[in-house]
Amino acid sequence: MEVGYSQVDFSRDIQPIFAEHCTKCHGSEKPKGGLDMTKRAGIVKRLKSGGQAVTPHHPEKSELLRRLSTSDPDELMPPKDEDKKLSAEQQALIRQWISSGAQWSTHWAYRPLSKTAPAKIRDAQWIRNTTDQFVLDKLKAAGVEPSPMADRYTLVRRLYYDLLGLPPTPKEVDNFVNNRTADAYEILVDRLLSSRHFGERWARHWLDMARYADSDGYEKDRPRPNAWRYRDWVINSINNDMPFDQFTIEQLAGDLLPNATGRQKLATAFNRQTLTNTEGGTDREQWRVAAVMDRVETIGSVWLGLTVSCARCHDHKYDQLSQKEYYQFFAYFNNGDESSASVPRSQKDYTDWLATKTEHDKQLESLRSLIASHNKVLEGKMPELEQKLLKKIKTQQSNPEKFHTLDLASAKGPKGVIFKKQEDGSLLVSGANPAKAKYTLEFDTSVNDITGLKIEVLPDKSLSANGPGRTQHGNFVLNDVRVYATDKAKFNANQHRVPLVSARSNYSQKDWPAKNSIDGNVAEGKNGTGWAIANQYGKEHYLIISTTRSISFKEPTRLQVVLDQQYGTQHTIGRFRITARTGHAPNDGIPASIVQAVQIRKDKRHPSQTKALLDYFSKNDPKIKQLQLKLGKPAPKPPVMSVRVISERTKSPRTTHILHRGEFKQPRDRVAALTPEILPSYENQAQGDRLDLARWLVSGKNPLVARVTVNHIWGNLFGEGIVRTPDDFGIRGQAPTHPKLLDWLANELISNKWSRKKVIKLIVTSATYRQSSTHRPELENRDPSNRLLHRQNRFRVEAEIIRDLNLAASGMLSRKIGGPSVFPPLPAGVAAVSYANNFKWATSKGADRNRRGLYTFFKRTAPHPNLLTFDCPDSNVTCIKRSRSNTPLAALTTLNNEVFSEAAKALGNRLIQEKENDSDRIIYGFRLCVARTPTISEQESLQSLLNAARKYYRAHKTEAMIYNGETEASAWAATARVMLNMDEFITRE
Amino acid sequence: MDNSDQLELSLNNQARRDFLTTSACGIGGVALSSMLLEDGLLGSEFANPMAPSKPHFEAKAKACIFIFMAGAPSHLDLFDPKPVLNKRDGQKLPKEILDKARFAFIQPNTATLKGSNRTFKAHGQCGMELSDYLPHLGTVADDLLLVRSMHTDEFNHHPGQLLMQCGVSRFGMPTMGSWLTYGLGSESQNLPGYVVLNAGRGSSGGATLWQSGFLPSTYEGVLFRPQGEPVLNLDNPKGLPPELQRLGLDTLLQLNKGRYEKVQDPEISSRIANYELASRMQTTAPELIDLSKETNSTKNAYGLNRPEVKGGGRGKLGNTYQDFARNCLLARRLVERGVRFINIVYASWDHHSNLDPELKYNAGAVDQPIAALIKDLKQRGMLDSTMVVWGSEFGRTPLGENRGGRAANTGRDHHPFCFSMALAGGGIKGGQIYGKTDEIGWEVEKNPVHPNDLHATMLNRFGINHEKLTYRFQGRDFRLTDVAGKVIQDWIA
Repeated sequence: MEVGYSQVDFSRDIQPIFAEHCTKCHGSEKPKGGLDMTKRAGIVKRLKSGGQAVTPHHPEKSELLRRLSTSDPDELMPPKDEDKKLSAEQQALIRQWISSGAQWSTHWAYRPLSKTAPAKIRDAQWIRNTTDQFVLDKLKAAGVEPSPMADRYTLVRRLYYDLLGLPPTPKEVDNFVNNRTADAYEILVDRLLSSRHFGERWARHWLDMARYADSDGYEKDRPRPNAWRYRDWVINSINNDMPFDQFTIEQLAGDLLPNATGRQKLATAFNRQTLTNTEGGTDREQWRVAAVMDRVETIGSVWLGLTVSCARCHDHKYDQLSQKEYYQFFAYFNNGDESSASVPRSQKDYTDWLATKTEHDKQLESLRSLIASHNKVLEGKMPELEQKLLKKIKTQQSNPEKFHTLDLASAKGPKGVIFKKQEDGSLLVSGANPAKAKYTLEFDTSVNDITGLKIEVLPDKSLSANGPGRTQHGNFVLNDVRVYATDKAKFNANQHRVPLVSARSNYSQKDWPAKNSIDGNVAEGKNGTGWAIANQYGKEHYLIISTTRSISFKEPTRLQVVLDQQYGTQHTIGRFRITARTGHAPNDGIPASIVQAVQIRKDKRHPSQTKALLDYFSKNDPKIKQLQLKLGKPAPKPPVMSVRVISERTKSPRTTHILHRGEFKQPRDRVAALTPEILPSYENQAQGDRLDLARWLVSGKNPLVARVTVNHIWGNLFGEGIVRTPDDFGIRGQAPTHPKLLDWLANELISNKWSRKKVIKLIVTSATYRQSSTHRPELENRDPSNRLLHRQNRFRVEAEIIRDLNLAASGMLSRKIGGPSVFPPLPAGVAAVSYANNFKWATSKGADRNRRGLYTFFKRTAPHPNLLTFDCPDSNVTCIKRSRSNTPLAALTTLNNEVFSEAAKALGNRLIQEKENDSDRIIYGFRLCVARTPTISEQESLQSLLNAARKYYRAHKTEAMIYNGETEASAWAATARVMLNMDEFITRE
Repeated sequence: MDNSDQLELSLNNQARRDFLTTSACGIGGVALSSMLLEDGLLGSEFANPMAPSKPHFEAKAKACIFIFMAGAPSHLDLFDPKPVLNKRDGQKLPKEILDKARFAFIQPNTATLKGSNRTFKAHGQCGMELSDYLPHLGTVADDLLLVRSMHTDEFNHHPGQLLMQCGVSRFGMPTMGSWLTYGLGSESQNLPGYVVLNAGRGSSGGATLWQSGFLPSTYEGVLFRPQGEPVLNLDNPKGLPPELQRLGLDTLLQLNKGRYEKVQDPEISSRIANYELASRMQTTAPELIDLSKETNSTKNAYGLNRPEVKGGGRGKLGNTYQDFARNCLLARRLVERGVRFINIVYASWDHHSNLDPELKYNAGAVDQPIAALIKDLKQRGMLDSTMVVWGSEFGRTPLGENRGGRAANTGRDHHPFCFSMALAGGGIKGGQIYGKTDEIGWEVEKNPVHPNDLHATMLNRFGINHEKLTYRFQGRDFRLTDVAGKVIQDWIA
């Protein structure tokens, strides 16, 4: 047995047995035989039968043990028909537990953080900070010496890999190696922690847990073009060392903070990394509930290190979480609705915009003051203006509106469209049904003083949905009406356009009012404006357009009317009638309220009427009109974009119920938001919303959050956490290798105001971290998985980092930080396995080909194979710990894949360019990859490969041409390719 | 007992120990560079996760070819004739049935039953009734176990496909092939143990249908590609010849070996072995897909040279008829080379409309090659140890689909309550029909089979107790059959 526990631990060893085999019948509610096995008091009390299940220290006086092993089938527990007899080993554990006093302890992870100081070790030379005391304490107890400090080349490379995920350049290596001052190491650590690449490296750890992706998941797996905004938020937050409590609150409930900023809202996109099922025929409630469950379970894993998902359907078998508690937790999230928020595209764009906007606002200010002063002038001219208006109204009233039929001379439309004249003078459109149309109609009339046109659109049985439009549903869009007129004899359409002034209709669709039919804006779809009638299909509607001046000619007049309909998808008119108008509506162009106001005597007017009149005159004053036009110049649009976030449902909030067997269609008892009983409660709970939950997590009293978080950090710096099941701090997980160290670090995190950078610095400056990672054969049997931390661990880096290292060593890496996801080369055919081959991968050009791996577009149903081959998580569920496989496909990838092949060629070229001779080039290349100088034998190996490659390419010029251009370049590429495939290069040592 | 020791007891480590005791001459009997052995580099820590290992009990099946018909083919028009349904064509269903059911697109108020236009004929000595669209499959009826009583919990494609592949519809779970290779390793040390072949349109599940979930990616399905290099990144960069590849790998071996000597990390020896295996795959994979040594009669039997037929829906890739035939032939060749699990994915059977012509197209694509595969395996004496499975995520409604805006009911909607599957070989008793649905094919009437039962029985044929093939993840011992699954004794030959 390895170093670990020799004593029985109740929560680890005994409670799971009770949970699995006993508490179904001997639980706290109606326990059989009066025996309640969920608490110590229940198990040591005298039972109805007279016996005592457990007598501490006396296994022989414990009925429980007898009943577990009795040969009497009627007395045996668990009952025979359950077919679950306890194994001899399990019985032995229970016996040992009773012998040692039957202590009923709380599982270590739920206990408050301990504040025990480490033992003072006399021989403390090795120790650099408190971390090391805990480690050395344990090593000494086991009689093991720590490993020596790694050499300086390994140290600098280790720090670069761990903190930046990039290799140090030979110059950076030399700077450190040759700096023998005492604080050289610490200076290096500080420099790396303040590098912007630190945020990229550590953001990726967080994104694993956040299940970040650039697409919806499930069948359709639609892209999420704005998902990267959340990734940028994480990178920036980590670079700015946002305290972990704030980091938590903003992501879980940023929208609920008072005066939430755009960024705080953006942070809640953490909860929007859930999958979205847009497959046809899905039940929205089913997938909403599934998403909420995923949020709950993700928080359980990420912050609490607990697998809460079991309790979806039933009480957790091992951990103290009931199904009821699961849904109480669920309730915190049940009213967090999926929504979107506008956030600045980038900080720079936003600042630039603010400057332009200020300038714009200044101009508006001066225009407004000009208008105000001119209004003063108008105010003085009020009596005169009122007289004019009264006269106009009188004329209009004396000449009421009349409509006159017109003689159709011709009707033209797109090819194949037929106009049939109907008995009521209307035209019915049939024949071809093009997507867009322009109807040109010509009429002759002897009517004079034409003041406008009436266009009636009419239903007809021959039209789909009865019209009046020719779409399936009966709508149309009339983008623009143009009218031309002259003497019939001298008609020339282009030169006699009639200006139109206003339009009204009996009905118009929202956002498609009558006035849009004369605004001259003609374009497809929503790029254009026009008049339309959605929701009132199959009925008559009319549009009346007024001309600026009346139309009169001595001879009969020829009128040409153009109905322009460019919306597309057959939004054209199916039946219509055009008549000419003479006279005026009583208040044609004059609002009724104005007609009323002007007719009241001045002294009897209500002040608001006086103001309305002035406004009316002002609005119609040519000078003011001109100023208003300038004023109406649109303000520069803010550079914002829409992102997926969570916001709290305020209208008809949902109640939460226990879902029987986790099924959304089977709600049972109602529950309210409450934190699990096993953990300290939150006294200040307000609404029972996400903000409460988030504050509870980071209140400092919750022992799990700080432990789990420092364990993540430790895991990233040692390859293994202090708890080696970082996703499971529950009873079935592993106990910490160094429990006191874990608690001490957790306390450090809290007392350092949740600064992760400080904790990272503390750890990486420890002697424990600085140990050599060389394996120690003498300890391989005693401590094979290094639970004592007798050395550093040596492990392969992650998928993204492997590529980053290759690109960096070859000099190809683009160091741009943040921004939209990119599309590095993808082998042909990979994207095609996604649903119905619906995804096209347009490879990025220029520098975006060579961005860091974390920026690669992540399509959930067809992820980049270079990522998956090296165990990048599929991002469908939270990933707390990546696996590290070692496969032939991985070897093929780094040998042959386009990205890696390009890197080998680029590195070959770089060596030729930057160094003079073979030896220098080999050393330089080797150092670009692994920091240290190659040994003589390593140099010789590479030199002989180079020689062979050179010889080959000299004899095969065409092959050289194909591979990397010419002999030397190809020979060096073949050599560099081997350097980039060294185990050492992709391993953090 | 220490928790860490408990972890050591996972099956994989058992496999590791079995391997170490049984193979004295390197990885699974394949000789590595002699240099490695001389230097004792393959130390006791070295383990090949894909080394073949012993099952729990004697196995009948050694390999599985799972032919996954993504999108849900209509059982009513292929496998499960329903004369009563035909008679009631156009009639409504009782309201209480409609109220209970969920539909994707059907409007329950106006939905009517839709009879099948297919004719069914009895085949083989067992008299198995199959649709006129499956004439070739009829010729192997006596080898087939036709299951008419499958049912599932999932109603939408992707979750349904996950349930069929992983036994659970949640994400992040391993697929069947991952479980099987995790449990048994692979006989082939020159090819991946779990291979995926794809034809037709992409499926709803995409790459998640061959994911390894929480198992290491060693156990993930490797997609063989119809065009170009058969395995991703198999070919050397253009202009880099095999002799330089060999020299490069030798140099790399020296460098890695040197590092191993210095730092003593067994992971390095594992990496060295994987580079060697990769290098072997560069020879074996092209040899695998080279069909020039197959006779013309074999190729014709599979339908390798059939002309492409019009149909197949949007997003179709390549020549579906020939691709599918080729995949079936490749599956046999993979089994011959010791590959454990082959997943042939074909999409899509999601016939919400245009059922008859589209079904004809799809059945035409797969009928002949599958029948040929079964005959070919049998003739070579491989069928007894190779399990062939034909299946999908769910079935289709006996109701016609009356989705709003559609002129006619020419299709069927999703139907999780019953569907059909077919199995052959690998210790499965053929020539029988198992289970029964009601007279209109709405629900299972007799012997219901859940995917967990299917998986339990499949694993049984591989000598695996499905309750004991587990992997500890997040504190729980997971298995392919979740918390259920019964071995169906009637299926066992």
